[in-house]
Amino acid sequence: MNNLTLIAGLLMLMAVAYQIGLMRSRAVARTDSERMHSRPVYYGWLVALWCGVPALFVFGLWSLLEPAVIRSIVIGALPAELADMPAQQVSVLMNRLGHIASGFGVAGEVAPWEAAAAEQLTRLQAISQLAKIALMASLAMAGVLMARRHIRPSLRARNHVEKVIAALLAICAGVAVLTTVGIVFSMFGEAMHFFSFVSPMEFFFGTTWNPRFSTTGAGGQGEFGLLPLLWGTLMVSIIALLVAVPIGLMTAIYMAEYAPSWLRSVAKPVIEVLAGIPTIVYGVFALMVVGPFFASVGDMLGIQIRATSALTAGFVMGVMIIPFVSSLSDDIITQVPQSLRDGSLGLGATRSETIRQVVLPAALPGIVGAFLLAASRAIGETMIVVLAAGNSPVLHANPLEAVSTVTVTIVNQLTGDTDFASPQSLVAFALGLTLFVITLALNVVALYIVRKYREQYD
Amino acid sequence: MKMISPDVIGQRKESSEVASKAKMSARSVRVFYSEVEAIKGIDLDIMENEVIAFIGPSGCGKSTFLRTLNRMNDTIEDCRVEGTVTLDGQDIYDPSLDVVMLRAQVGMVFQKPNPFPKSIYDNVAYGPKLHGLARGRGDLDEIVENSLRRAGLWDEVKDRLDKPGTGLSGGQQQRLCIARAIAVSPEVILMDEPCSALDPIATAKIEELIDELSSQYSIAIVTHSMQQAARVSDRTAYFHLGELIEVNNTEKVFTQPDHHLTEAYITGRFG
Ligand SMILES: Nc1ncnc2c1ncn2[C@@H]1O[C@H](COP(=O)(O)OP(=O)(O)OP(=O)(O)O)[C@@H](O)[C@H]1O
Ligand SMILES: [Mg+2]
Repeated sequence: MNNLTLIAGLLMLMAVAYQIGLMRSRAVARTDSERMHSRPVYYGWLVALWCGVPALFVFGLWSLLEPAVIRSIVIGALPAELADMPAQQVSVLMNRLGHIASGFGVAGEVAPWEAAAAEQLTRLQAISQLAKIALMASLAMAGVLMARRHIRPSLRARNHVEKVIAALLAICAGVAVLTTVGIVFSMFGEAMHFFSFVSPMEFFFGTTWNPRFSTTGAGGQGEFGLLPLLWGTLMVSIIALLVAVPIGLMTAIYMAEYAPSWLRSVAKPVIEVLAGIPTIVYGVFALMVVGPFFASVGDMLGIQIRATSALTAGFVMGVMIIPFVSSLSDDIITQVPQSLRDGSLGLGATRSETIRQVVLPAALPGIVGAFLLAASRAIGETMIVVLAAGNSPVLHANPLEAVSTVTVTIVNQLTGDTDFASPQSLVAFALGLTLFVITLALNVVALYIVRKYREQYD
Repeated sequence: MKMISPDVIGQRKESSEVASKAKMSARSVRVFYSEVEAIKGIDLDIMENEVIAFIGPSGCGKSTFLRTLNRMNDTIEDCRVEGTVTLDGQDIYDPSLDVVMLRAQVGMVFQKPNPFPKSIYDNVAYGPKLHGLARGRGDLDEIVENSLRRAGLWDEVKDRLDKPGTGLSGGQQQRLCIARAIAVSPEVILMDEPCSALDPIATAKIEELIDELSSQYSIAIVTHSMQQAARVSDRTAYFHLGELIEVNNTEKVFTQPDHHLTEAYITGRFG
């Protein structure tokens, strides 16, 4: 009986328990003169929960502890000369024993002591499984019997069930929050590990990025200066915003103020499709179409423009984030009350005067929030820059030259043959953390501004 | 509701002379929202220096008609106006007419106070700046002060002209909106239920203001308050389901209405 059928069996048992609770509560209601506190379904649920929850709890705990316990017993029974193996070798051995026990994927000759240990492993697992099933079954039964006996008019079954449901929801919400916190903590821990190799001063204020892969072994650690990468990110993002902000804002103004409703209902979704195109497609487009186009324009004008450059990546990224700017700004502009527009038009202002002098100033905080959200999107963007920015982590101010960004560097440091304990790999965590802090700060500020704005007209 | 007592109605008559020259005239005006006819052929004159009140049950088209008088209906998609409306004999729906100039001449005050999220000063200066009415800062200051004075708001706000207009009380905001409207020196002022969001004291102030303004402007006011119509207006027009049922001297409308529908409405048997 494997774990899946075990759970299925438990669920079936819960269904039965539900029926038992239901019937019992009806029976009680018939004989007892007092009115039942809750409707029968809640008594059913209560009995089902008493049947399922303790058993599930034991199941979880058992699954957590079982491997460690069995392992220590098996290791303890090994021949004496193998007693003090290093930890890594122990887990290799356990894997091998597992393979021998299941009869799959066994490499090489099986020594007699190995066969004995594998046999013991199989036996222990079988015992453990039986014990687990027995414990769970008896807990489930006990739960049903106890809960059933407690069914009486004064039992506040509904309140108990509601509490369990609330707890369940809280656990789900907790999982999401804990995951985020966990990621941040592990990133933080690894980044600290990195800073034990390279000082934070060197990392945050260094102007040279040359990590020198450890496999080349050419002495020293290389230099891990963040500034060229941060500057590259900044340059690409600024170019992206220079493209996206004017176009997005104009689009939003047109959509919100001028477009007839039929056009709006068609054009808005079409623009939003831009945001749904996979970024790798934008990357390919940048690399194969936009880059060469810029280069040939450069040739024509007699300027040196590299095909893969901050300009190419920024431009294409700008196109990608247009819908972020336009969609959010559009919503915000539409939220400006019609009465303000009427007031201005009623004084003889034209439409564009009304937009410039009344609507936009009123919507400004929200629009700034939209820009910041778009900016944080641009800073975190990876695929386009990997393909189209040229990957050259050198500090310079020429947007027509190749650059590298924080995200691209993270990709570079982790792809290929790398040792995950070297500073060359660990730096990815420090970079990731930096990026995370920047985008988080932008998001917080943006959301604060947007919310502030919403309150203004509520 | 009881009939309004005649002594209340008498007030306006003594205080102003109504000129008999028409400032604005509407002739067989029809307004459609998509295909629904909201105004079904109305003929009405607004005289020089008169206050005319529009009354009638909710949804009868008072606001719609008022908005045809300065073409505010242009801003509504699928709204169509037929017939002619003239201002000083000039057709305001003539394609060659500049709607900006029209709205400078025919100002509007809305039901809900709608000050711009700007300073009090900038709220009032908004119109004059648009139309280039002021030569220099001093001139503008004067226009702002004058308008606020005429709106009876100057003493309350003179120390806080740079504070946001949205920070004023509802009644003050509405008077600010009136000041904003008269700052462009219109000839006609349209008011759509200007007091419906205000308390009795603020309402009384606005009514007083309307009375003063009527010496210089023609005013059309939509109101749901029979007393208000009786107190402030020279003539009263009763609208019913998109039609103009009756327009007469206010005194007559409230004492001996010509039409039984008008009578039913003002005695409270209807609407
Ligand atoms: N923007 C619009 N689109 C479609 N129909 C409208 C629009 N505005 C008004 N109407 C319709 O036109 C008719 C007249 O409306 P209007 O607002 O002029 O009434 P009103 O007399 O001002 O009513 P109230 O006293 O409630 O303000 C109503 O039937 C209304 O539903
Ligand atoms: Mg109305």
